[in-house]
Amino acid sequence: MKLIVPKLTPTQSSVGKKRMATDRLLLHLLGYTVLTVLTVFCLFPFILVISSSLTEESSIIRDGFQLIPTSFSLEAYAILFKYPQEMLKAYGITITVTLLGTLFGLFLTSMTAYVLSRKDFKWRNRFSFFFFFTTLFSGGLVPWYLLIVNYLQLKDTLLVLILPMLMNVFYIIVMKSFMSSIPEAIIESTKIDGANDFQIYLQFVLPLSKPALATIGLFIALGYWNDWYNALLFISNSDLMPLQYYLYRLLGNMDGMRKAMMAAGAVMSSDIPTESLKMAMTIVATGPIMIAYPFIQRYFVQGLTIGAVKG
Amino acid sequence: MKRSGLWNDIKKYKILLLMLTPAVLFFLLFAYVPMAGIVLAFKQYNYTGGVFGSPWNGLDNFRFFFDSGDAWRVTRNTGLYNLAFIIVNNALQIFAAILLFEAAGPWFRKITQTVMFLPYFISWVVVGAIAYNLFNYDYGTINVLLGALGLEPLDIYNTASYWPLILIVVSAWKALGYGTIMYLAAITSIDTEMYEAAEIDGANVFQRIRRITIPNLYPTAIILMLLAIGNIFRGDFGMFYNMVGNNGLLFSSTDVIDTFVFRSLTTSNEIGMSAAAGFYQSILGFATIMLANYAVRKYDSDRALF
Repeated sequence: MKLIVPKLTPTQSSVGKKRMATDRLLLHLLGYTVLTVLTVFCLFPFILVISSSLTEESSIIRDGFQLIPTSFSLEAYAILFKYPQEMLKAYGITITVTLLGTLFGLFLTSMTAYVLSRKDFKWRNRFSFFFFFTTLFSGGLVPWYLLIVNYLQLKDTLLVLILPMLMNVFYIIVMKSFMSSIPEAIIESTKIDGANDFQIYLQFVLPLSKPALATIGLFIALGYWNDWYNALLFISNSDLMPLQYYLYRLLGNMDGMRKAMMAAGAVMSSDIPTESLKMAMTIVATGPIMIAYPFIQRYFVQGLTIGAVKG
Repeated sequence: MKRSGLWNDIKKYKILLLMLTPAVLFFLLFAYVPMAGIVLAFKQYNYTGGVFGSPWNGLDNFRFFFDSGDAWRVTRNTGLYNLAFIIVNNALQIFAAILLFEAAGPWFRKITQTVMFLPYFISWVVVGAIAYNLFNYDYGTINVLLGALGLEPLDIYNTASYWPLILIVVSAWKALGYGTIMYLAAITSIDTEMYEAAEIDGANVFQRIRRITIPNLYPTAIILMLLAIGNIFRGDFGMFYNMVGNNGLLFSSTDVIDTFVFRSLTTSNEIGMSAAAGFYQSILGFATIMLANYAVRKYDSDRALF
């Protein structure tokens, strides 16, 4: 390219440049416009919820939700934090479940992936298929539900919020393809030192897999943080409700919330700002993700592109 | 002879096999054991008999499911929604990825990409809260805006015909960032020499996009879409349930197989019929994913699932 450019005569070059400039300008105009519209489209709902949560209840009742609060008020947050027992309980459950689930999930995922990545392991393809087949065919919701409720008796336990999501075939595959890229020479050299397979995994492979562990760990953690499905199916005890399910219940049934708050602090039912409170609770349930988002985003991008390569 | 060979192998791989045991037990218990529970689809379930003690009733559950007309409705909805999601989402993502690559400075690209990826991170419950904020009859933002324009408010939660459009827009919104990043990665890997050659040949940017960028995205797009078509009969339960819930007025246009199975199990307690519907979905899903994989393998065998 650089060699060819000087060969162009000055007139040709300037004509070419001029035409390039107009179509580039057009493209940039299109690009900046469309991307701005799409960005606003993605951001708009968040702003709407935030400003609704900051609007005085009477203003919502009168004029509805507004993009810019007509009368600013912190009453919804004030009341949430004045009687925080229920919310804190839900936070506690979600944090516990996310921490335990991510820790054990990541350990089991990486250990399984390591075995499947070992090219000298005779049955690696058979075991890979054993795991993979579960993504092709399943018994459906009903047998799985009855297994957990009637046979394992896990209804209303903390375990039921952790166990069903502990391992995921897709994460095992992504982790396996990452570990397969670790040079075998490193593993060979440790074998000579007399380390057994588990020690190799723990002391050599895990430290080398940090990027994949960070990415998969964050995917697992996000899954646990955002989970409400297992609670919907298996949790009826209000002491065990995770955050997202607590929000789900609150959106559908404000009466329960009112009762809990009145029991806790004996406020008058009419004092509770129902609509702005729903929006404030939405913000409180999403807050930690929003705060962490700028820092963790790139790990997810990494994960997506690893996954995309594999197909 | 063979036996001692196996025994030797087990001894040889003792530690690797031990390391694999938790995962094997996990998938055995939560994936393979429920497969045996498919027998429920052919049974009249009762609590005393349980899964294996309940009496058989042949194909009654399936007859019930198909004769009620529910089977056709939920299959059609699941398939059509997923088809619409695949087409709209991929088209939008490719468009956004091309513009991000071709027509955005590094700063602008970073900001837009970050914001577009944000919806991927929030739970469907939160999306449900956003929907409530937008579509609520009394306070919803849409009706506020319509009111400001002097128009009649819309009763969105009671009108089935609005929902296909709403669900397609919500799906596009949630998936935009995710897909755009995948396609952007594919564009970034296009050989830059091709662009340089086109420039020398005097192609303008639009010609270049049409002749080079888009054709080079075909492989990725075709693979992603075929794989999505493989899952066309699996509805996104989280999305449909949080957007619509148990609102019977909207079922004609929003009920998918997954929400139907869930409701039959939890609210109407028709265990046998629910299991039959679930089994029907599994078979349908298995068949489509096999077909899709066959198609992928024909197209590019390296990218096939198996």
